[in-house]
Amino acid sequence: MSAQSIADAAYIVAAILFILALAGLSRHETSRQGIVYGIVGMAIALAATINLAVRHVPGVAVVLLVIAVAIGGAIGLWRARIVEMTGMPELIALLHSFVGLAAVLVGWDGYYSVESKGSGQHEIAHNLLRIHHAEVFIGVFIGAVTFTGSIVAFGKLSARLNSAPLMLPGKNLLNVGSLVAFVGLTIGFVVSPKLGLLIAVTAVALALGWHLVASIGGGDMPVVVSMLNSYSGWAAAASGFLLNNNLLIVTGALVGSSGAYLSYIMCKAMNRSFISVIAGGFGIVASSGDDTDYGDHREINAEDTADLLREASSVIITPGYGMAVAQAQYPVADLTRKLRERGVKVRFGIHPVAGRLPGHMNVLLAEAKVPYDIVLEMDEINDDFPDTSVVLVIGANDTVNPAAAEDPGSPIAGMPVLHVWESEHVVVFKRSMAAGYAGVQNPLFFRENTQMLFGDAKDRVEDILRAL
Amino acid sequence: MLIGVTRETQPGETRVAATPTTVGQLIGLGYEVLIESGAGEASTFTDESYAAAGARVGSADEAWGAEVVFRVNAPSIDEIGRLADGATLVCLVSPGLNPELVDALAQRPITVLAMDAVPRISRAQSLDVLSSMANIAGYRAVIEAAHVFGRFFTGQVTAAGKVPPAKVLVAGAGVAGLAAIGAASSLGAIVRATDPRPEVADQVKSLGGEFLAVDVEVEESTDGYAKATSEDYDRRAAEIYSEQAADVDIVITTALIPGRPAPKLLTAADVASMKAGSVVVDMAAAQGGNVAGSVAGEVVHTDNGVTIIGYTDLAGRLPAQASQLYGTNLVNLMKLLTPNKDGQVVLDFDDVVQRGVTVVRNGEKTWPPPPVQVSAAPAAAPAPPKEPAPAKQPMSVARRFTLIGIGVAVLFLINAYAPQPLPEHFTVLTLAIVIGYYVIGKVHHALHTPLMSITNAVSGIIVVGALLQIGPGDTVIRVLSFVAILLASINIFGGFAVTRRMLSMFNK
Repeated sequence: MSAQSIADAAYIVAAILFILALAGLSRHETSRQGIVYGIVGMAIALAATINLAVRHVPGVAVVLLVIAVAIGGAIGLWRARIVEMTGMPELIALLHSFVGLAAVLVGWDGYYSVESKGSGQHEIAHNLLRIHHAEVFIGVFIGAVTFTGSIVAFGKLSARLNSAPLMLPGKNLLNVGSLVAFVGLTIGFVVSPKLGLLIAVTAVALALGWHLVASIGGGDMPVVVSMLNSYSGWAAAASGFLLNNNLLIVTGALVGSSGAYLSYIMCKAMNRSFISVIAGGFGIVASSGDDTDYGDHREINAEDTADLLREASSVIITPGYGMAVAQAQYPVADLTRKLRERGVKVRFGIHPVAGRLPGHMNVLLAEAKVPYDIVLEMDEINDDFPDTSVVLVIGANDTVNPAAAEDPGSPIAGMPVLHVWESEHVVVFKRSMAAGYAGVQNPLFFRENTQMLFGDAKDRVEDILRAL
Repeated sequence: MLIGVTRETQPGETRVAATPTTVGQLIGLGYEVLIESGAGEASTFTDESYAAAGARVGSADEAWGAEVVFRVNAPSIDEIGRLADGATLVCLVSPGLNPELVDALAQRPITVLAMDAVPRISRAQSLDVLSSMANIAGYRAVIEAAHVFGRFFTGQVTAAGKVPPAKVLVAGAGVAGLAAIGAASSLGAIVRATDPRPEVADQVKSLGGEFLAVDVEVEESTDGYAKATSEDYDRRAAEIYSEQAADVDIVITTALIPGRPAPKLLTAADVASMKAGSVVVDMAAAQGGNVAGSVAGEVVHTDNGVTIIGYTDLAGRLPAQASQLYGTNLVNLMKLLTPNKDGQVVLDFDDVVQRGVTVVRNGEKTWPPPPVQVSAAPAAAPAPPKEPAPAKQPMSVARRFTLIGIGVAVLFLINAYAPQPLPEHFTVLTLAIVIGYYVIGKVHHALHTPLMSITNAVSGIIVVGALLQIGPGDTVIRVLSFVAILLASINIFGGFAVTRRMLSMFNK
């Protein structure tokens, strides 16, 4: 039993534990076990690897290793403790960028430990050398795209960058061109591994990642974040190929396919193909009939809304990103509790792309202690709107837009939406009459049964609470 | 300014233009209110209750002499002289039906606001008296019918036998019709409704009624009111009424076309075909009636035992309710006219609502107002869809098989030619992807974010690569590895910690 065989055995155990972790997270009841599996798996993998790494290593390296883990761990735990739940998308995007950067660094390490030594290296058998060259390249490429893509996503989500899509002329050509350049550079590198080529591919990939995400509008961020999640997995898997390490491959593939699947769900929820999201361009289409006279909207105040709620038998709340921005989840939860105490049936309808992250709204509502069994998915609740007395639309817009279902000329036509307009009364909480992320006017606001409650969502909900 | 509320002089009128509740609201807008003594008696509002709400109770002359005069009905020609110069009169005028009255009013230097001339736009709903009165009248029509009808409305199975539910036909699904549909169906009757506007079918359904469509092309209403109908339509509609009359127990007709006599819906033959004990309420009796044989203001019993009710004061038969709604309509009008809440009336002719209700302005006749488009109607012919949403074609089977085939072939070739350990790695990769797909596919939607954050933590496994490289290498490698380990560690610890934090928040 050598350190190597111990490590291999430990890797299999860790891989299974990771699978169990993901499986555990598929249900609320098992989710806490899932995370324990994940942590144990990670601990086993790390212990085995460190055991393997420190055997023939100078003391200084061990010290460095411990310092790096200590600093990284401390930063990670600190960020995780202070992050606001509304800031979760930014944090996750940032963490993705770390995986991307680490993959780039691992690739470069690979270059320095093999290619840069020329024929003097002994680590890699001669017949595998060219495959190693290609692996270095692929790993660096995916890692770099993930890195800059995540940085841009982080910037857009935290409003440090403009969330409007960047429109460079011939953007598709740029994307395809970078891919072609990557293939060309890879072939060149396989033939003769030069440092210049590695620098070039890193630069191309960094530029591609940046451009790819910069040209996607803020409304598509849930897809982008889960897509980057997928990329970060593939980056880890590529490193596994490079380092001949099955654990990295398994884990990377798990993460990669999970991210891809989530992206697929998001795209389906918006009735769009994955390719069209990546290529950007949503919300730039001039909306049809901007000159259409939608008529007048009606306003309502908090007291009247409270009256509506008091007499309602069933209430559905459909939150959107506006609730997160206004941090309104706590008063909304209070409102829910109060109404439930009065015997009003309160439920939440969550659109799959509400918020800036898959499941973002669920996390916010859970934070405010809304019981998760009254938080329902779009498909679960869409048939119940006709029997509902009052729907509160809090900071959502495109996800409740009847144009998607009724106007075939609308840019969001065909996107499944919450059919809030079928209920008896709709109260829309909104800051102004501005259009949503997709830039499409919402005929819901002008419906006969819709009333607008203008102002900050949090303040308005608190006003309603007071009136109740 | 002083608002005077006068006693209604028209015989049989039970309503009053202000209630103690609305008096309080008017005072809140900065007005003083003077009530003619006894004005609220018929609606069961006493002088004391008005006084308690902050109003002054005074004589008839005081009320008529106020700067703003509230009434339900328009004054008679003789009474116009009692108004002060420069006064504003707010009441029901029916300017379209009473041109002489409008001319007489315009002889005096006064301003007259007709509460029944409110344009039908969403914003003005809160002051639309016709709607609020029609709502009450529709309800009362059902109650009157139920009073006369000798049976239950709801079907029951009792020890003494089975009772079939009553069948009610409501002709015209305007506000009154809808109120009648709602009232009748909540009493348990089977309700059917007709209307020349096909767009009201959903509203009928929402109140529990069944919409009987006349399957003849009809243009959509552009002003919110029903229009006169075509010949084809009338013939088909007449057939429907004849069929229904023989079947139903109660008919409530509400069909009115503005400015024209009420259309005849039920002929004498239809009424004759009705079952004995059936009831007809003709809510259009005042405008000539929808039903042959109805008499305005009276109840008629036909030879075959059908009762035709032609009351014209259905809203007034709920005086307290009608006064409250009318009074609130007036308060909403005053809110519009008093933008500064300082008790001063400001008339803004650029506002279509204020322009619409004003029939006389300082002795100058301003009726009829320019037409107003109703928001509910399509403003223009719907613009042809600019880009017909590209119909998504599901990938054809042949194409899908080709793609899968190419993928499999590529995978095969790579593995066939590549030296070990590449094929082994591909095996692991492929199996892991499949496992990942099945494991993730069942994830509950609420757990997407925790899932993403745990996969993020797990993808920090890349630290393994960096750990393996930090050992043997030279300085450059060591620095790079150091940074990589640090970054990946942030991921691992941060990812797991934040996932834990999130999961601990989910509770049932």
